[in-house]
Amino acid sequence: MDLTIHVWRQPAPGASGKMVQYEAKGINEHSSFLEMLDVLNSQLAERGEEPIAFDHDCREGICGACGFMINGVAHGPMPGTTVCQLHMRHFKSGDTLILEPWRSRAFPVIKDLMVNRGAFDRIVQAGGYISVSTGAAPEANLTPVPKPIADRAFDAAACIGCGACVAQCPNGAAQLFTSAKVSHLGLLPQGQAERTARAVAMVETMEEQGFGSCTNYAECEAVCPKEISIDFIARMNRDYVKAKLKGVGRVRVESA
Amino acid sequence: MPVILNAQIPPGPLPTKWQEHRDHLKLVNPNNKRKFTILILGSGLAGASAAASLAELGYGVKCFCFQDSPRRAHSIAAQGGINAAKNYKNDGDSVFRLFYDTVKGGDFRSREGNVHRLAELSVNIIDQCVAQGVPFAREYGGLLDNRSFGGAQVSRTFYARGQTGQQLLLGAYQALEKEIAAGHVEMIPRTEMLDLVVEDGRAVGILVRDLTTGEITAHAGHAVVLATGGYSNVYYLSTNAKGSNATAIWRAHRRGAFFANPCFTQIHPTCIPASGDYQSKLTLMSESLRNDGRIWVPKDPKDSRPAAQIPIDDRDYFLERRYPSFGNLVPRDVAARNIKTMVDGGRGVGPQKNGVYLDFADAMSRLGKKVIADRYDNLFEMYEKITGEDPNTTPMRIYPAPHYTMGGLWVDYNLMSNLTGLFVIGEANFSDHGANRLGASALMQGLADGYFVLPYTIGNYLAGRLNEKIATDRPAFKAAAGETDERLRRLMQGSGKRSVDSFHRELGKICWDYCGIARNAEGLQKALSLIPALREEFWRDVRILGGENQVNQELEKAARLADFFELAELMCRDALDRDESCGGHLREEHQTEDGEALRNDEAFSFVSAWEWKGAGKPPVRHEEPLRFEFVEPSRRSYK
Repeated sequence: MDLTIHVWRQPAPGASGKMVQYEAKGINEHSSFLEMLDVLNSQLAERGEEPIAFDHDCREGICGACGFMINGVAHGPMPGTTVCQLHMRHFKSGDTLILEPWRSRAFPVIKDLMVNRGAFDRIVQAGGYISVSTGAAPEANLTPVPKPIADRAFDAAACIGCGACVAQCPNGAAQLFTSAKVSHLGLLPQGQAERTARAVAMVETMEEQGFGSCTNYAECEAVCPKEISIDFIARMNRDYVKAKLKGVGRVRVESA
Repeated sequence: MPVILNAQIPPGPLPTKWQEHRDHLKLVNPNNKRKFTILILGSGLAGASAAASLAELGYGVKCFCFQDSPRRAHSIAAQGGINAAKNYKNDGDSVFRLFYDTVKGGDFRSREGNVHRLAELSVNIIDQCVAQGVPFAREYGGLLDNRSFGGAQVSRTFYARGQTGQQLLLGAYQALEKEIAAGHVEMIPRTEMLDLVVEDGRAVGILVRDLTTGEITAHAGHAVVLATGGYSNVYYLSTNAKGSNATAIWRAHRRGAFFANPCFTQIHPTCIPASGDYQSKLTLMSESLRNDGRIWVPKDPKDSRPAAQIPIDDRDYFLERRYPSFGNLVPRDVAARNIKTMVDGGRGVGPQKNGVYLDFADAMSRLGKKVIADRYDNLFEMYEKITGEDPNTTPMRIYPAPHYTMGGLWVDYNLMSNLTGLFVIGEANFSDHGANRLGASALMQGLADGYFVLPYTIGNYLAGRLNEKIATDRPAFKAAAGETDERLRRLMQGSGKRSVDSFHRELGKICWDYCGIARNAEGLQKALSLIPALREEFWRDVRILGGENQVNQELEKAARLADFFELAELMCRDALDRDESCGGHLREEHQTEDGEALRNDEAFSFVSAWEWKGAGKPPVRHEEPLRFEFVEPSRRSYK
């Protein structure tokens, strides 16, 4: 199949960029979207043009490295699918595809379709963990976790940190990402000791990182490749409000 | 001159070796730990768990990864599970049994002492991960569930749906992020190691390239820890992430670290077959699928009916036929070899006739679709996304693919290489899996090394070295920086015509054809003449567009490929040198009448540890003899 591709080309952080049109020829319908870009890149290289930069690694939909907007939709048209797992059989020859990097002030562009998602790591640093030093753990079966709770925690823990939720949100909000981690840990008995402090610290750090506010568009849920539910946002908000009413503040990790 | 290596395995009875050893390791005063700098390369299960654990102890840690976040290391893609000798199922499991299965599965080419330690620590890993909030599968009573996995006759595998690696890595990543926030770890992402700096046989630092700006910087440390994973991408098409590479371990090898058993590679039996020449990687389908899936091909190679229309009598369940007691659960190497035999014999299925069926129809009718969906839902979905076929109605098609490398840098019992101060953990070392790794053991080893072995043994090394000054203004750093600059300049200068990937595909094909599932002397000799010729062509004719001081993914790939070329040659040389079959290394000259690997314990019961002697010079092979004091090496039989 032959495709017309418009791609955001930007040489470096802060540099000005522009959309550039390319023709991708002879694409196999069984190739993945990233393999289509590989083919396009080799066609560019043959002409002496610099290949399009994009993040990717596992190409199995689990590392969360890849992702960009395809015709305005994060990770493209298939639900529950990262771009590396999106296959060209879902497009038609002659289609025009517009590829843009994640849209968010908190994710500055590094080059072409690559962005800096360090803000996500900083949200996790604020409290996205259970404090248990190596060696301090009790016997694993000492604390039973009811299966429905464990399964629910898993639904939240499935987040791959790709950033699609932020990119799709008209507000550029990171509530789905943050609430997934707050809920994963807050649902489990092991995570109760830090539950309220965690919610406060992660929510407030999220706001400081330049993400927007959540106004319930639910676009995040629609594009999430792991189909994480916005119910977790409501759950996080409850934890946050309860903590604030109790006067729980942010617990700072002691500095070295 | 070849030397006999001593792994420093502690004396004494097997069950107490590690405890005794630990009891006598030197300790570092808590107030002094922060005065040490430990450089950790890689942030997968081994790297992240080591970085977090060492920082908790109080050491100063710098951790580097090439991904944009430590959460994306390739450990994340592990699907199936992690073994631990908890015996929660009351089915007769024990530390000894896990140890024995691992040594036997490795075809008696691993160390008893290391493997027993690994089996002992397996139980601590589960405790640690559960406490971190890893959402392992649970039974309705709320206790942890287990399954049997990859040829084990007990249920000792803990799992988190089909995403065990992801959940374990996120646990380690979160522990690491906590230490980053506390200022105990300096995390440096999007950065790749380009050289190891060695002074008088001691690792003193590293050179890294910032993949965003191209800037090359030097970092000095009291110890360097490589946790950079394996080298399956030498085959180009493998299940490894696209960025997984061998540059850190290969550069360390060129600086003097011995490379052990490079020919011990694992070809995983259950991957999705390639669909065309644009294929960029292969996707693993968890081995756990073999618990409920039955592998078969049509008896008649010309049978072109859809799978469902082929009656039972016209199907050959070849693993069940050949191995009645293990059936579809034979070890990975045995399964891979048999599948390849079927496809080579013209009995492959699918549009390219390059796979065999993995069929769930029987399990679905026995257990119900719901049970199967609970177990494998995400794997079925992934398969359908890639192939466009639904495994609920059509059997999966699978074919083997390079997946894991048991070989790696040589380390002693303390996980230190022959270079003083250079530690190697996880898949990057060679230590625990012998000639074949059992399923659900890679996660176990990565976490055992990082959480529970290195934090003890590195202290023993560092104790007494407080006064050793570390600095990057020494001549060894300057010399290494000059060589690195020169190497990158040579790559960039190439005015050639061919893309990096085209060379990598060609190298991968040579490795697959001559050093893949089955090897023979003639083929390996051929590979040893093809690889250097292709390498020369690469340096002459590779074309890299874009600049050096910016994001340049072609340059990254080219620098990694340059090292894969040299590694591929060593891998083939080792495969030729090891004139026996063992585990995943099947030399066609050495098979039983049934086509099973035929070991030669008299001549080859040792670890091959290769020393780099310079470009264009043959490497020297050293030996570490393997002694079996507690188990009797037997021939594996899965009949």
